[in-house]
Amino acid sequence: MSGTFLGMPSFPRAAREAVRDERLRRNLRHATHTIRDKRARAVAELDDWAELREAGKRIKDRTLRHLDTYLLELEERVTAAGGTVHWAEDAAEANRIVTGLVRATGEREVVKVKSMATQEIELNEALEEAGIRAYETDLAELIVQLGEDRPSHILVPAIHRNRTEIRDIFRAEMGRWGRPAPDGLTDEPAELAEAARLHLREKFLRARVGISGANFMVAETGTLVVVESEGNGRMCLTLPETLISVVGIEKVVPTWRDLEVFLQTLPRSSTAERMNPYTSTWTGTADGDGPDAFHLVLLDNGRTRALADETGRQALRCIRCSACLNVCPVYERAGGHAYGSVYPGPIGAVLTPQLRGTTSEIDASLPYASSLCGACYEVCPVAIDIPEVLVRLREEVAGRGGKGHRLEKAAMKAAGWVLDHPGALAAGERIAGAAGRLLPERLPGPGARQWTDHRDLPDLPAEPFRDWWRKNRP
Amino acid sequence: MTTPTSRERILARIRAAVADAPEAPEDVRGYRTRHAPDDPDAVLDLLHENLADYRAHVHRAGPAELPELVARLLDERGARSVVVPPGLPEEWLAASAAERVADGPGLGPAELDAVDAVVTGCALAVAETGTIVLDGGPGQGRRALTLVPDLHVCVVRAPEQVVASVPEALPRLDPRRPLTWISGPSATSDIELDRVEGVHGPRTLEVVLLRG
Ligand code: SF4
Repeated sequence: MSGTFLGMPSFPRAAREAVRDERLRRNLRHATHTIRDKRARAVAELDDWAELREAGKRIKDRTLRHLDTYLLELEERVTAAGGTVHWAEDAAEANRIVTGLVRATGEREVVKVKSMATQEIELNEALEEAGIRAYETDLAELIVQLGEDRPSHILVPAIHRNRTEIRDIFRAEMGRWGRPAPDGLTDEPAELAEAARLHLREKFLRARVGISGANFMVAETGTLVVVESEGNGRMCLTLPETLISVVGIEKVVPTWRDLEVFLQTLPRSSTAERMNPYTSTWTGTADGDGPDAFHLVLLDNGRTRALADETGRQALRCIRCSACLNVCPVYERAGGHAYGSVYPGPIGAVLTPQLRGTTSEIDASLPYASSLCGACYEVCPVAIDIPEVLVRLREEVAGRGGKGHRLEKAAMKAAGWVLDHPGALAAGERIAGAAGRLLPERLPGPGARQWTDHRDLPDLPAEPFRDWWRKNRP
Repeated sequence: MTTPTSRERILARIRAAVADAPEAPEDVRGYRTRHAPDDPDAVLDLLHENLADYRAHVHRAGPAELPELVARLLDERGARSVVVPPGLPEEWLAASAAERVADGPGLGPAELDAVDAVVTGCALAVAETGTIVLDGGPGQGRRALTLVPDLHVCVVRAPEQVVASVPEALPRLDPRRPLTWISGPSATSDIELDRVEGVHGPRTLEVVLLRG
C-alpha cells in the first residue's frame, strides 16, 4: 500500500479540512444516516442475528487459526477445476503477476469490477505504467475514475459527490474514454445510470480480460464468490476470455455451507437488503460458459503481519460490509479521504496501520481517528472489537517514546476539529462504557506507562467523551 | 538450496503468526435454518412478496396458461427476438411470435446484445430473500444469455423449486457449476443513495411462479 495516498496529510489535518467542507459533510451525513437506518431494519427482520454474528465470527477465527491449511486446500481445488493460483507477498509482486498475465494475452485494456484488494495494491496505476488501460465498471468507481478522484467509502465510493457534480463529470469526461454522455444529460439519477450503461456496454462487449476481487473463497470446493448490485460484476466475470481475481488471503472460508452465514449477514449489513441483486459463484473454469482461463492471485501484503498480532488479528475477520463506517461519528464528520487509505472509517483505522505499520505520520495517527464509542463493534456482523484494537494500536504508537508521543499529540490536537462540535457525538456518549471496559486492564506494560507518565490522558473517561474532550484537549 | 518461493514464504509467515495462538473454538451454528413457517403456500407467498419488493414483476400461472402468459410478457415489452437456452420446454414459447434465437458458437456478446429477451427456467428460488438461482442446467443456458438481453423472463416451478431460506438453498446447489443468484433487476444506489433499477443486467425481470 503506497503511492496514491503517500504524501497524504495525517488524519487530523485531512479531517480538519473535510470538516470545513460543508457540502461534503452534508452528503456524508445524508448518506450515512440513510444506510444506517435501513440496515437496522434489515437486521431486525432476523431474530437470530446474534447467532449469525457469533457463527460468522467463529468461522473466521477458525479459518485464520488454520489459514495455511485452508489456503492449500483452496489452491488444490482451484487448480483441479482448471484455474491457476499465484501467490503475491506484496503489492509490487501482485502487480507484476497481473501485468504479466494481461501482457501475455496481448490485450491493452481490461474491465474491472470494484475490488478493495486491487485498489490497495494500486493495480490500475501499475497497469497504466505497462501501457494497459483499466476501466472501472462499478458506477461509483466510474465516477471516481472519470473525476480523477479517490474513493471515500467502501460501498459507495462516490458518496462525497452529489448528482450535479456527477452529471458535470460525465459530460466533461466520458467522451475522452469512449462513448460520450448523451446530449442534454440531466442530473436525474436514472438518466445518469443510463449514461453509464451506454458508456460501459461497448467496453463490456469487446473486453477480452476481466479483473475482479472476491468476497469469499471456499476452500473445500475452490469456489469464488462475488456479491454485487449493478451487473457490471457479472459482465466482467462472464464475458471476457481471461479472468484474473486478486484476493486477500483472509477471504477464504472453509466450507460451502459457511456461505449460509455470510450470504445472510453481508447483504443486510452492507446495502441493507435481504439479498443484493446479483451474486456470482464460480469454480475454476466451466466448459462453454464464461472465461476459458482463470487466474487467482492470493495476496498477503501485510496480512500475515496483522495475523501475528494477538489483538489485531481479529480485524482480518472483516467482510467489508461498511456498516461500521455508517455509524461512526468521526467518519461522518471527517469523510473517507481523511483516512488516507483505501480502507476508511473504523475498520480502516485498525486495518491500515496493521497492514502498513505505524511508522508514517498518517498511519500512526489513524488509531486516534475514533472516539472509542463502540458503535462500530455493535454493528459489525463478525463482531470485530474495533475499540479494543484501536487501544492496542495507540499503545504501540505511544510506546515509541518521543516520536510516538509527538504523533499522538498532533493527532489528539487536530482531532479537536472533528470532535469538538456539540451534537456530533451523540454516539460518543457511550464512551464511558466502552473505554471503561477497555482501558484499565488493557494497558499493561510500557505502553501504559507512557500514557500515565507523559500524558494528560490517563484514566480516560468515567465521563462522556465530549465533556472529557472539552476539559482535556491540547 | 533453492530460495523459497513467495508461496512458501507466505505459508511460513502464517504458521509463525499463529504458532502461539490458542486453538479456535468449535463452530456454533445456533442460527435458524429457516425463518419462514413450514407451509408451502406461505413460503410461495413470501417468495412472491419479496421478489416484488425488489422490483421483479411476479406472475402466477398453471401449465395451461403459461404459453399465453410468456407470449404476453414478451409482447408487452416489445421483444421481437428471444434467446432460447438449450433444454427449454418447447411449449413455454409455443404462443409467442418472437423470433427464436438458438444458442451456439456464433452467438457472441455483440450478437447477444442485439437480442431483445431471454426466457429461462431456474435451479431454485429462495423465498426469504426473494432470490432465483440459475446453475446453467437445462432451460437456463450459459451465464451470458441471462445477462446481455434487456428482458429476462424466468419460470420457477412451485413448489418443488422453492426453498424457504439460504441455509436450505446451499445444499441443493452444486458449487462446481457457475451459479448466478438474482434478487430483482440490477440496481444501483451510487448516486445520492437513490435506488435506480436497471444498470447493466436485464433492466426488466419477469418471474412466473408455475404451479404443477
Ligand atoms: S469491520 Fe465489521 S462492520 Fe466494519 S466493514 Fe468490516 S465487517 Fe463490516
